[in-house]
Amino acid sequence: MGTITLSKVTKSFGSTEVIPPLDLEINDGEFVVFVGPSGCGKSTLLRLIAGLEDVTSGVIEIDGRDATRIPPARRGLAMVFQSYALYPHMTVAKNIAFPLKMAGVDKKVADEKVTAAAKVLNLTDYLERRPGQLSGGQRQRVAIGRAIVREPEAFLFDEPLSNLDAALRVNMRLEISQLHQDLATTMIYVTHDQVEAMTMADKIVVLHAGHIEQVGSPLELYNNPANMFVAGFIGSPKMNFIGGETASAFGADTIGVRPEHFAIATEPSEGAWEATVDVSEHLGSDTFFHMHSGHGERLTIRSVGELGLKHGDKVYVTPDQSRIHRFDASGKTVAS
Amino acid sequence: MARAISTRRQVAVSVFAWVIALAIFFPILWTVLTSFKTEAEAIASPPSFLFFDWTLENYGEVQERSDYFRHFMNSVVISLGSTLLGLLIAIPAAWSMAFVPAKRTKDVLMWMLSTKMLPPVGVLIPIYLLFRDTGLLDTRTGLVIVLTLINLPIIIWMLYTYFKEIPGEILEAARMDGATLWSEIVHVLTPMAVPGIASTLLLNVILAWNEAFWTLNLTAAKAAPLTAFIASYSSPEGLFYAKLSAASTMAIAPILIIGWFSQKQLVRGLTFGAVK
Repeated sequence: MGTITLSKVTKSFGSTEVIPPLDLEINDGEFVVFVGPSGCGKSTLLRLIAGLEDVTSGVIEIDGRDATRIPPARRGLAMVFQSYALYPHMTVAKNIAFPLKMAGVDKKVADEKVTAAAKVLNLTDYLERRPGQLSGGQRQRVAIGRAIVREPEAFLFDEPLSNLDAALRVNMRLEISQLHQDLATTMIYVTHDQVEAMTMADKIVVLHAGHIEQVGSPLELYNNPANMFVAGFIGSPKMNFIGGETASAFGADTIGVRPEHFAIATEPSEGAWEATVDVSEHLGSDTFFHMHSGHGERLTIRSVGELGLKHGDKVYVTPDQSRIHRFDASGKTVAS
Repeated sequence: MARAISTRRQVAVSVFAWVIALAIFFPILWTVLTSFKTEAEAIASPPSFLFFDWTLENYGEVQERSDYFRHFMNSVVISLGSTLLGLLIAIPAAWSMAFVPAKRTKDVLMWMLSTKMLPPVGVLIPIYLLFRDTGLLDTRTGLVIVLTLINLPIIIWMLYTYFKEIPGEILEAARMDGATLWSEIVHVLTPMAVPGIASTLLLNVILAWNEAFWTLNLTAAKAAPLTAFIASYSSPEGLFYAKLSAASTMAIAPILIIGWFSQKQLVRGLTFGAVK
């Protein structure tokens, strides 16, 4: 079991409150991603759950048991750090076996578990090496192995892929998702990368300045963002925000349209906006057009394939009426 | 970009470095040479540098007159004892200052260092009286205690800078892996800090070995280390340069040999954290 409940949890460093009162429920077996810009308090929140930081007030329950004052070692959680945090003086085998040694597990049983974990993580050939002799991806796998052997209630990942190059990151992302499917253990994953959040999560928690902006499945957040912050943070390229008269026509202070929800034409039509192409980014499968509209607003529009438009071309773009998001003056979504 | 340094400049710098190094080394060289001279040659003017009658008689006489081995053992016990006791106190102290610093940690560190700026003679009388009343005068235990206290600030500072270099996340990982504070220090921190602890140990042994003020003032015969052994050759009957030199050479030889073989460790220890 790995349910984690946070009730009215706060955290202050001196007089600075980094986490205002916060409630959160994480269900057993869920893959939860904390996402937000740097400094939003996502890592702090993870460290509070881990017990590496003390909460200023509030209660953290793990499996219905009050864990607020329990030291990290006895919370039954395992953590994977951004810097891997391997023990440089120990071999891979000893690194993976360390939590078992601390738990006083019989040497023979521990060896079996290490061998099994190494097999799962493709580390069998590296067991006698030291972390210094491994690549970044291998090190991260050792860190995951160290977490697996404990058979924890939940795994905590603190930006585990940030130190890896782009190709490796995609691989490791898949491996972690696969691991979650195999183990079906609760996982809490912190990242600033919304692509990681969208691709891996069952549930995303969007944080901003210590506040939870919205909790939901990736598609809920994508389709029904609660406010402009979530709307702008989830999705790549970013949602276009348009104010002024254009927005008033839709009964809102600001409207938002995702780059993929526009149609581009070279002839004017009903409801189309006139725009001029500034820059085209060609990805092969897609093209991103950066334009400015007749009202001077900057627009990013994504289209499938190649359209052969270039700098200075005049086009007419039509937003998909059903996918226009409307926001009020405070940035909240206006109910339709 | 690396700037090309002209050969002439390079030669000049090398020569300058050699001159400085020789100037520092010269007294030691002179002492060693003098130890192989007769007393008459030792005070001859002008002095002969290498061309004299080499003799070992000073070493024989020194060994006959005073018990080198007993002084040597005292030096070993005092320097090793004070260093080990110091490390035992300093490791937890440096751990707490490096990993769980409080608001005043920096001030405490500065205060500890400031005690090294106090002239020792300023506290000689109180310490002497304390030692007399507690029966610690002329005992190895007494010297171990006093040298531990004297060198503790340096040990803590050195370990502190080493510990600061160890990423806190590794210790947090150990905590998450179920390590208690004790296992964290024993299984993770200490093995990672072994190079730092080793150079701290070496430097401190050297400092304690060479310490002359307290060892001379607080010992008479029983606990007298090699510093007292040397000092006993500058006597009221007159100076015997050759014998004094032989005694000095015998006193510094062990530490010189250890220092020579551990140069790398020592330099690293002294400059650690200076350049990142």
